[in-house]
Amino acid sequence: MKLNRRSFIGTTSLAAASLAAPAVLGAGKPRVVVIGGGAGGATAARYIAKGAKGAIDVTLVEPSRSYYTCFFSNLYIGGFRQLSSIAHSYGTLASAYGINVVHDWAVGIDRDARQVTLAGGAVLPYDRLILSPGIDFVDGAVPGWDVSAQNKMPHAYKAGSQTELLKAQIEAMPEGGTFAMVAPPNPYRCPPGPYERISMVAHLLKQTNPTAKIIVADPKPKFSKMGLFQEGWANHYAGMVDWIGADFGGGNVEVNADEMTVTIDGEVTKVDACNVIPAMKAGRICEMAGITEGNWAPVSGHTMQSRLDENIHVLGDATNQGDMPKSGFSANSQAKVAAMAVRGALTGSKVFPAKFSNTCWSLIATDDGVKVGATYEATDEKIAKVDGFISQTGEDADLRKATYEESIGWYAGITSDMFG
Amino acid sequence: MRAIAIISLWAALAGAALSDEAATAIGDADRGAKIFKKCQACHQVGEGAKHRIGPHLNGIFFRPAASFAGYKYSKGMRRAADSGLLWDLEGLEAFLTNPRKAVPGTKMSFAGLKKPKDRADLLAYLRQFSDNPADIPEAAPTARKVEIDLPPEVLALVGDPDFGEYLSTECTTCHQTDGDYDGIPAIIGWPTEDFVIAMHAYKQKQRDHPVMQMMAGRLSDEEIAALAAYFAGLE
Repeated sequence: MKLNRRSFIGTTSLAAASLAAPAVLGAGKPRVVVIGGGAGGATAARYIAKGAKGAIDVTLVEPSRSYYTCFFSNLYIGGFRQLSSIAHSYGTLASAYGINVVHDWAVGIDRDARQVTLAGGAVLPYDRLILSPGIDFVDGAVPGWDVSAQNKMPHAYKAGSQTELLKAQIEAMPEGGTFAMVAPPNPYRCPPGPYERISMVAHLLKQTNPTAKIIVADPKPKFSKMGLFQEGWANHYAGMVDWIGADFGGGNVEVNADEMTVTIDGEVTKVDACNVIPAMKAGRICEMAGITEGNWAPVSGHTMQSRLDENIHVLGDATNQGDMPKSGFSANSQAKVAAMAVRGALTGSKVFPAKFSNTCWSLIATDDGVKVGATYEATDEKIAKVDGFISQTGEDADLRKATYEESIGWYAGITSDMFG
Repeated sequence: MRAIAIISLWAALAGAALSDEAATAIGDADRGAKIFKKCQACHQVGEGAKHRIGPHLNGIFFRPAASFAGYKYSKGMRRAADSGLLWDLEGLEAFLTNPRKAVPGTKMSFAGLKKPKDRADLLAYLRQFSDNPADIPEAAPTARKVEIDLPPEVLALVGDPDFGEYLSTECTTCHQTDGDYDGIPAIIGWPTEDFVIAMHAYKQKQRDHPVMQMMAGRLSDEEIAALAAYFAGLE
């Protein structure tokens, strides 16, 4: 038989393709399903689709058509951002990257059959599954509070309508009224988040209701960027914020949403608005998949693979990975490592050693931004911190302003890295 | 033509109502030389000046915007040029006051000079490097600000852009790959040498910025070269 040029090229490229695709020899196009379209999931879907250039089928399952980022949602409360400015849609991921975006809830994972069931009834088979579901709350974590109380005492720790509700309640407080926050125990999403929120609430009240009081009941003896926040509260909101840490009974808390009371270490306080941020755990789908130990899903830092199922990668807040804080920046960083590992496994593309980084900016008042960050590497045991830095107390106003402006640049950067 | 150009510059100066004295009309060139240090990380001016991160600024006066064939301009700057932006005194003034407002989409990562005197002095300095008016002698070449000494073998490393693409995923959480600047500088299309020098300056903590010092701190010479090669190729 005479080989013509076309059939020769066809044969070699087929051979090359099968050599390059060890995991799916003989199968069709490999399939990746991503559950959760936040900083972890959207980034992972985009990087896999971008790198694979059509060689992998990527499906992204996310219930919301409009995704509100948790990061910068405090700035909405403070009046520095419109809610619409933190909303994002999935149009570019679908149109420019060919990702199959499905707006539905994942309600079941069959690990043996490697398929995901959606609330709408669809069944999605996968070669690799990426779970990036974020957090859910631990039942009974704050006595007197459960999800049925979230309209009276919002958590506002998943951004969107909850954030809007909390802001409206703060704005409706009577003159000289009291705002209370029940802060969460470690580990939780966005370590500086509750304290940036206190700063933003104080900023809002200072303008509209300057005699109002803020109480924070905290089960922790100290918190992220504590010195920076306390300095900022003293500088900008003197006498307004009363932080009650674990050493002063801040962990002994009960709330009553019908009466609008908060009881801290036996002392009952009537409040006008109350933000309850309960203890957290991995998004429920992780539990349903049977890949959690305790409240979180343990993963290997080399690939972000579940320690309990090598076909599943878990990203972001839901994971127990080691030293990285639960943040959008961390999830975005982890997503790129997972995307590289998934492409390597399914199409034989090059895999490099995992590297991670994180920076968290917080706004304390107008043009008063601070930040903390670190770099990380994967060891066999965990993701381990390599190096870090934190803003200093007493920094000059220009530097703080530059830090805030940088955070705006970061927001633009990470959201374009997530959503294209 | 030259006479007309000179006259129109004078007219522009008079219009700016700064002074009747032509040579000193714009501002204090010596002070402007000091202000130019803010620009030097990206722009060269004077004898032998070349395009670096930004285009060289010799002969900037009365040059139409985005008019060097050998420099990759942002879409924003090309748009402004299409609508007739000319680097006359008025155009430069507006651009230096607030670059992103004057030319939306410019990749120049500079907030602008808010004080009129700073702009006037800087323009007085830059005008010395334009042929028109010809009665102002060319100043000594302005040395580019080299922040650190790097061994030539480090500068000579040729980076692998594919490796750089992988490493770049750590950068793109903040730095946008389409070159947009929203508070964090654009880093695409830089000459590789400038990129390498900047990263080593962070690594050696000669340049101030805690995030960048940390990020650069753990990059090897090869990794920095790879990143430089990758980002240089982005438009």
